[in-house]
Amino acid sequence: MHKIKLRRIDFGGIFLYLFLTVFGLLMLLPLIYMAVTALKPTSELFLFPPRFFVVNPTLINFRDLLLITGTSAVPFSRFIFNSIIVTSGIVLGGVVISAMAAYPLAKHNMPFRSFIFNMIVAALMFSPLVLQIPQYLLISRSGLMNTYWAMILPYLAAPMGMFLMTQFLRQLPDALLEAARIDGASEWRVFWVIVMPMLKPAIATFALFSFISAWNDPYPSMVYTTVQEMKTLPLAIQTISGGVGVVARVGTLAAASFLMIIPTILVFVITQRMVLQTMAHSGLKE
Amino acid sequence: MSSEIIVPAESGHPGLPAAEPGKWARLWSEIKKNKVSYYFLAPFLILFTIFTIVPIIMSVVLSFSYYNIIETPRFIGFSNYKLLFVDDDIFLQAVGITLKFAFITGPVGYILAFLLAWLISQIPQRFRFFYTLCFYLPSITSAVAMSVVWLYFFAGDRKGLLNHWLIQLGILNEPYLFLQNVDSIVPVIIIVSLWMNMGVGFLAFLAGLQNVPGDLYEAGSIDGIKYRWQQLWYITVPSVKPQLLFGAVMQVVSSLTVFDVSMRLVGFPSPLYAGHTIMAHLFDYAFTRFEMGYASAIAVLLFFLMFGLNRLIFRVLGRD
Repeated sequence: MHKIKLRRIDFGGIFLYLFLTVFGLLMLLPLIYMAVTALKPTSELFLFPPRFFVVNPTLINFRDLLLITGTSAVPFSRFIFNSIIVTSGIVLGGVVISAMAAYPLAKHNMPFRSFIFNMIVAALMFSPLVLQIPQYLLISRSGLMNTYWAMILPYLAAPMGMFLMTQFLRQLPDALLEAARIDGASEWRVFWVIVMPMLKPAIATFALFSFISAWNDPYPSMVYTTVQEMKTLPLAIQTISGGVGVVARVGTLAAASFLMIIPTILVFVITQRMVLQTMAHSGLKE
Repeated sequence: MSSEIIVPAESGHPGLPAAEPGKWARLWSEIKKNKVSYYFLAPFLILFTIFTIVPIIMSVVLSFSYYNIIETPRFIGFSNYKLLFVDDDIFLQAVGITLKFAFITGPVGYILAFLLAWLISQIPQRFRFFYTLCFYLPSITSAVAMSVVWLYFFAGDRKGLLNHWLIQLGILNEPYLFLQNVDSIVPVIIIVSLWMNMGVGFLAFLAGLQNVPGDLYEAGSIDGIKYRWQQLWYITVPSVKPQLLFGAVMQVVSSLTVFDVSMRLVGFPSPLYAGHTIMAHLFDYAFTRFEMGYASAIAVLLFFLMFGLNRLIFRVLGRD
């Protein structure tokens, strides 16, 4: 009797693993294909019949990528540099500003608290993309076009960051804060010395989301910049591809795309444990 | 608690000014006492006001005007909205495509994300990371970067991987133009979007599912729950409801703003506008034709569509 039961559980378990593994690998296939294409020499790129895997891997595509200067003599490294500046500006600035907002919203009890919180949470319910036109007008009127500020400032006050950090902070005990206040620490000091370290998982989570969206978003540099040397990676890749639908330079393009995806994967692998810890508190209630 | 004091004071402002001076004075002293809290909030609130609240008001105002950036905006009443719904066939087509897209990717992506998260939560902790990675990685890639793969996969000649396989299997006789054919454009966008759609909701589900207290399941089995699906429906789903709500909101927002994928795969504007979404229409009028008033009307409609749908979801799912 006992034996039969054991066998049945095993059966379901095997099926579960089989399903997850097959489906999971299927999901990874396009990414694997990209990596493989980036390693293909020209002779293998345009084979007929098409071949999935690479036979003679080479790094020539990556070398080409760093050597091509695009259509306007801007080296590829410049785009990488721009992306790094803009993304780190958004992530670092966004983390500090959101954490500063989350602290009083979670731990202080001042007038308008729930009004402010509800207002910002309401902003989660629509995409900032619909605000692109007035944001563009504001940026262009204030003379910020073609600066890093234009690509950073509109994205700093992220409702998602405030929301995740406030929810996370709410379920942490007040005892430490009280102890520090009794010792005579100012609120500013309490924030940096006690709140920020406690918030670490929420910060990692928001940093991941904010990094991914900032790094991948082509809109800011599409809308707020008009000169080549201020463009960021997503737009540069578009330029390399030579427009929509053109399949020339597949190898170089795959190498560029591959380089662009690597950082997001690394950030996820580093933060994933803390992310799950935070997302458990991400629930919305009426 | 504090909000209970504020709300009446705020809503009934000039009506009874002399009646309750104490209330205002008390509020003001409360605010002064808590001024440090407001200092902390200031950077966020200032940026939020400039880049979110002001733009919302500007959008609404601009949507009633004719504005082409060069001339000053001219008030034209409801003309933009009338034009959108009566004369702009392409807009109506874009609404149709967006809704068709949203009604498939929204629910399918959402349910898939939840089921996968649930299956992953059934296996031992040490194996979970690998599967989480498999399912989450596609959604952290960018549409722009992945287009190199999809363009090749769906390519319309014999070198396209999908065409090659279908011909080998004998399903097709000649290559099918997946990215140019009006009938296949939306399905292709849907498939690619589903692939990169797990996103924030998936992580929220995964985290929520890990924290469902184990004794709930024990209690359930005492009450006669035998099968896994019963456990799922009667215990798991109710305990992760807040995460489900959060995931639904995220899903609505992302399904209604598809544009990247369509732009990268089938071009902008797409053949016969077959992949033209509301977002694409907005972008077209705003940043290629610079008809900001008209584009603002589209933005306002999209805004209310998202907001309204999310309020509806709250009504339906948020009830206890």
